[in-house]
Amino acid sequence: MPVAEMKPMSSKRRWVSYCGWIIVVVAAAVLATGCGAKKPPVAQPIQPPTDTTPTPDVVPVPPPPPAPVTVTDTPVVTTKIPDDPMASRSIDDLNRESPLQPAYFEYDSSELSATARTALDANAATLRKYPAWVITVEGHCDERGTAEYNSALGERRAAAARTYLVSLGIPAERLHIVSYGKEFPFDPGHAESAWSKNRRAHFVITSK
Amino acid sequence: MMRHRTSSFAACAIFAALFILAGTAPFPAASPRDSPQTPPPQSQAPQQQNEIVLSLSGEPGARIRYAVPDFIARTADPETADAAKLLGAVLWDDLAFEREFYMVPRDTYRSIPAATSMETVPFDRWRELGADALVMGSIEKTGPSTVRIVVRLFDVRTGRSAMGREYTGTLSNPRQYAHTAADEIHLAQRALRGAARTKLTFSSDRDGDRIAGTVQQRGVKEVYISDYDGANQRRVTISKALNLYPNWSPDGRTLAYTSYRTGFPNIYLSRIYEGAPPETPAGREFQNWLSAWSPDGARLCFTSSRDGNSELYVVNRDGSGLRRLTNNPAIDTTPTWSPTGTQIAFTSDRSGAPQIYIIDVDGLNIHKVTNDSYSDRPTWSPAPFNEIAYVQRTGSGYDIRVMTLATQEVRQLTSGEGKNESPCFAPNGRHIAFSSTRSGKQQIYTIGRDGQGLKQVTTVGNNQTPDWSR
Repeated sequence: MPVAEMKPMSSKRRWVSYCGWIIVVVAAAVLATGCGAKKPPVAQPIQPPTDTTPTPDVVPVPPPPPAPVTVTDTPVVTTKIPDDPMASRSIDDLNRESPLQPAYFEYDSSELSATARTALDANAATLRKYPAWVITVEGHCDERGTAEYNSALGERRAAAARTYLVSLGIPAERLHIVSYGKEFPFDPGHAESAWSKNRRAHFVITSK
Repeated sequence: MMRHRTSSFAACAIFAALFILAGTAPFPAASPRDSPQTPPPQSQAPQQQNEIVLSLSGEPGARIRYAVPDFIARTADPETADAAKLLGAVLWDDLAFEREFYMVPRDTYRSIPAATSMETVPFDRWRELGADALVMGSIEKTGPSTVRIVVRLFDVRTGRSAMGREYTGTLSNPRQYAHTAADEIHLAQRALRGAARTKLTFSSDRDGDRIAGTVQQRGVKEVYISDYDGANQRRVTISKALNLYPNWSPDGRTLAYTSYRTGFPNIYLSRIYEGAPPETPAGREFQNWLSAWSPDGARLCFTSSRDGNSELYVVNRDGSGLRRLTNNPAIDTTPTWSPTGTQIAFTSDRSGAPQIYIIDVDGLNIHKVTNDSYSDRPTWSPAPFNEIAYVQRTGSGYDIRVMTLATQEVRQLTSGEGKNESPCFAPNGRHIAFSSTRSGKQQIYTIGRDGQGLKQVTTVGNNQTPDWSR
């Protein structure tokens, strides 16, 4: 009984699976053209004629992604907000912990070194993540320059940091600059270990 | 107010005219003749009396030796007695400051009995001490809060009065009477404009206040003023922010300074003897700092990054007529005007390290003045000297240098004791105020244009970027 009943069932299933395959192929074809059209509109017309046969082989793989992606997207957003420590903190708390890294400079220089650029790259990522933040880039100098010249050198350092962040796509309106010259050293020492910390562009969040 | 009280009025008028022509303040006139023994003049309401003065001379080729004992207290109360001592000491210091006279040290006067009146001065004893000139003063109360002060300059050899002055007023600031007498003695005896009544302004963190609302706990700096000798120091800004680079308007009634009170640097003008709110001639939209008054007080030159980097701009005092002076991708900053108001010296790093340049006020004829490792803060001397004082990096510190523009000769006033920064000239060009870390914290000092006569002006907190009133 179970064996005799198995056969017609399997033939039915095969028919269903064929129909399913057709639907999948059609769906895949629609998806493929749809996806292709989104990315490069100019390159698209050339590709379909040459790759007509391989498309069915690739088809079985793509179907699963669309469903899970849309399902997981909405819960992630709702769970992330309470987990993000940055979002709930006050500006003072944020500035106390300085989520934005300082960019350090060489003596008498306002050129951005590779490490300074790495710090600014990270800052740019943070600023993209929190698009409401408006920041002030403070230019600071070590004590070895004169007070007057350092006022201008600090301005140039802050401007260099801002220019680089703007080149990474951060809107200039979100980036104010100010120079404090050598007025506010971060390390009050009188050796290179202190001076190297004081020659910097320091980032302060002013509104969020 | 000014009355010449002698018979030789014509000679007096001629000399007064000469003084005016020479461009000096027309206070007293010098007469070749001896002045008569004048009785104490009747006290007029305002400040001072003028009369014919006699120029004193000492040994040929040597400086005249001056002695200034305590003033005579003509009323017996502690306040008058204290003022009598103070006036003598301040007047001695004021006369010593210009180094025109040899000042006989005050601690050598003890052997000489104190005079009780101008008529009983023991001139023979002063002659024994080696004094050529004796400045005697007296002070008496004329009311609950008013005093009459008489200052007389005696020729010790003849016992005659060479000049005399009388001042009436309150005792709120007795030092000012001594300062005025010193300036008048320098003018009458040496045709010199003394610095005794000039003032300094500087920026200081002495209050230890913190900038409100910052998490970094940063200290404020406020603008202070003081007499040239460091007396009467008082704060003039109360913004609890960074207040830097104060500088006096030529009339001495307004201070221009750079304040971060809005979070960004801008130029503010404060009329310090009035209650008016500060003016912002450079506008409020951009960052502006380091102002310098034109010699006539009509314009200000300052640094601004409004066009993308540090450039110099000139603006009228009322904020009109803004004009860009420099145009270079390098830093242009720290302006100072020539005494004629036709040129501006400034700092630029357009050739690499910061150096001093001079540009015409119309923006033409820019040329480089220094070729050192690092130079900043030029300050143009007043006439008749045509010099620029500036800061020069020397080893690990900074020193004050002065360049004579005609010859390009440079002399160094300080030599490696701490960091010496931000020089500015006294209005007579004979002294320079600057900041130095030679005693630990940053303090204001004054020094002669020859590098002699160093004096410390401030002692509390850190004090920086001085400017001398004109």
